[in-house]
Amino acid sequence: MTVVGRRAATPAVKALATLDSSQLLLICAAGIAAVAGIAYTTAVGLLDSEVAVGFGVLIAAGELARLTMPGNREVAPIGSAAALGYTLLLDMGGHPLRHPALQVIAVLAVGMIAGALPHLAVGRPPRLDAMARRLLTGALLAFAFRPLAEPLHALTPSSRGSWLPALGVMAVLICAMLFVDVVIAAMLRVEQVRTAFRVAVRDELRMAVPLGAAVAASGMLLALASHSMGMVALLVFAAPLLVTQVAFRKYAGIRATYLQTVRALARVTEVAGYVEPGHSRRVSRLSVAVARELGMAEPELLELEYAALMHDIGQLSLRDPIPGGATVLTDPEQARRIAELGAEVIRQTGVLEGVAEIVRRQCDAVSEGPPLASRIIRTANAYDDLVGGSTDRDRAGAALERLRVGAGSEYDPVVVEAMSRVIDRRTPGHRL
Amino acid sequence: MRGLPWPAKVYLIIVIGAAFALIGHDLVAPGQQDAFAQWDTLMVLALLFLLCESLPTLLNIDQVAVSMSFSAALAAVVLVGPEGAAVVGMTAVLSVRPGLALVKRLFNGAQFAICSYSAGQVFVWLGGRSGVPGVDGFEGLILPFAGAAAVFVPLNFLLTATMLWLADGLRADQIPISGMAQFLVSYLGYATFGLLIAGLWATVETISVVLVLLPLFVARWGFGQYHAQQRSYDATIAALCQAVETKDYYTRGHCTRVSLASTMIAQEIGMRSERLRAIRYAGMLHDVGKLGVPTKVLQKEGKLTEEEFAAIQLHPMRGLEIVRGIDFLDEAFAGIMHHHERHDGKGYPMGLAADEIPEFARVIAVADAFDSMTSDRSYRKAKPIETALAELRKGAGTQFDPLMVSAFIKVIDRDGWDPPRTAPADPVERSETVSKDHDDPTTPIQVVSER
Repeated sequence: MTVVGRRAATPAVKALATLDSSQLLLICAAGIAAVAGIAYTTAVGLLDSEVAVGFGVLIAAGELARLTMPGNREVAPIGSAAALGYTLLLDMGGHPLRHPALQVIAVLAVGMIAGALPHLAVGRPPRLDAMARRLLTGALLAFAFRPLAEPLHALTPSSRGSWLPALGVMAVLICAMLFVDVVIAAMLRVEQVRTAFRVAVRDELRMAVPLGAAVAASGMLLALASHSMGMVALLVFAAPLLVTQVAFRKYAGIRATYLQTVRALARVTEVAGYVEPGHSRRVSRLSVAVARELGMAEPELLELEYAALMHDIGQLSLRDPIPGGATVLTDPEQARRIAELGAEVIRQTGVLEGVAEIVRRQCDAVSEGPPLASRIIRTANAYDDLVGGSTDRDRAGAALERLRVGAGSEYDPVVVEAMSRVIDRRTPGHRL
Repeated sequence: MRGLPWPAKVYLIIVIGAAFALIGHDLVAPGQQDAFAQWDTLMVLALLFLLCESLPTLLNIDQVAVSMSFSAALAAVVLVGPEGAAVVGMTAVLSVRPGLALVKRLFNGAQFAICSYSAGQVFVWLGGRSGVPGVDGFEGLILPFAGAAAVFVPLNFLLTATMLWLADGLRADQIPISGMAQFLVSYLGYATFGLLIAGLWATVETISVVLVLLPLFVARWGFGQYHAQQRSYDATIAALCQAVETKDYYTRGHCTRVSLASTMIAQEIGMRSERLRAIRYAGMLHDVGKLGVPTKVLQKEGKLTEEEFAAIQLHPMRGLEIVRGIDFLDEAFAGIMHHHERHDGKGYPMGLAADEIPEFARVIAVADAFDSMTSDRSYRKAKPIETALAELRKGAGTQFDPLMVSAFIKVIDRDGWDPPRTAPADPVERSETVSKDHDDPTTPIQVVSER
């Protein structure tokens, strides 16, 4: 079941209305946890308030410096590491700390809200689902670890023991928390983009492992450093993670720019009047949706999206462009030539070999065994030629009927069926 | 070693000799052996140093590989004293980085030993006590450590730069100043990791190393990904721009050359690296809008009607329309839109004059006209560089910004103009020739008035 925006009046209402049911559930759970934590802490009073304020400020700063990774995933590595550190804290400069799990949640919630406010002030509303996920996983770890803090501290060298048991428990619990986080993220993703759960878990895992490792190490570092360095640790600990954050921000930036640039330059065929306005964008959206329906994982999805955007770029090399573009109505030899020329252009980049291959084989018949991505693009391209930007149901149905006639020879029947499911689901305003 | 000029050889021998003298002196001097008593700590640090040294990280600076070994050397300064640190530094000789010549290994080992030793002496001189710091001894560590780092970084830089200068004749003005500042700052940032390792040693010993370095290795991986994407992106944008140009055989490669020339001018007038990147892309994309101009107008012989000329004048706007969806190009947008404005205000599309024209557009205008004049056209052969520069000089103050023209002439005089030529493709099959070039200032487009 999907809740879809229906003419929302204000941005806030719109932000709420575009959430689907599992997101709402998550946000409610996080809200309850936050309220419980804050209420408990105000009632009982803040233990070791200096430490709590210090970590709260760091969490807020991390939240302020959040970044968006490829695939529209919001992360706040510094904030997450600070939250981890506060959860795992055993003592500060030798003075044992006994703050309960609910206080951890309160500090986390207040810090996150404080960090989100400046973003809100400049008109960037928070991604509520991402914040809720961070808060909930933090809360889970706090409930699991805080009761153990006292016995673990008794084992540390300050009371003639070793740090190893504490470190081991920390590592195991953090791994468990990261896994839960991945599963929640995958569940959200399944509902958001309509892909298979198994594929979503793999995609999320691929994205989460590097940053998760850095965050986990920094969180433990912070907890340990507080033992010998006291509050100074808060200042110096952030350095390694800051470098990581810079690296990932740059990476995310170039990934976003890359996609935008390909999208923009794919439009030259439209500006030059070779194809209908919006054609390449529509074909790429439809292709990606169909590929997700068929369980394609993210790295291949990206190649598919690039290929779909540039599938007509070969037109630029033709002396006399085909009026109206390379439609289903074009002579097959001509279409094949455009595909070859387009692949040639893309191969010039020297890096997009896979994309070039997909474009080159986009006109192959099913019997020639072209890659799945090529089969998807061929079908999506034909559908868009027949329907264009129209959302008329009858027209869509007629176009699908026509594709079914060609299924088996021109079009892959599996792809056609997946496409009919995607189109059936599509309602005006549904996000892809 | 054979390839080195003799001053470099002398310098190399001096540096290696100095390193041996420092370590040898301490081996024989009485009362100094305690440092080597902590051989287990020393071994761990040396291993760590070697590991980091073998995996240099390309940070956001292109020219220099920074390795995290520096953090390990500074941690050694605290934990095992100056002599131990010198030994740790020396292990750079054993670095497993492939393709590193023996001479370079020797030099790296020697210079790291000298740097570590000097940093260690400063550390002791500022009151730092070498050895594993106690759990409460952290605050007393900060000042001496800062002093040690402040000596290590410049000394390391000085020793290496002297070698490069002697060996390759690297001139001082070839080192970009802004890049240098960034380099030093990131180096000082790395110093804090050394402090963290040393400060945590008392608590969890070697595990502290893992915890500190894990985020750094992830960062290294992230930077690697970033650089790979960046290279891929540059190649893609160039290929796509060239695809747009395949429409016209004679302007093939125009975008990459304009991009190059624009970057040269921008560098000469001292633009910062972020803006340099933006102007590189702006130069690349400046003519994508030409595709929106009907081919028959571009191919028409003789004079154009006002309507046809208006179609040509629209191409900067068309270009803007195409690239508007790309986020980072804020300033580049202005450059693309206004690259046909003239200094005297008679250009298009808006008729801006002098300072009203965005800086990017003034740069691109010069680069654009220059490349057009120095390339073959269907109606004439390419002009020699000198003639083109003379034309630019003539147009300075009327068509072009004099500042940009003089900067361009200066940089061409110094570095020459040798752009990569694109391989000539078959001109018959794929392209058509255009009888006029809107970029060529020596052959202005003639317009017949319809009135």
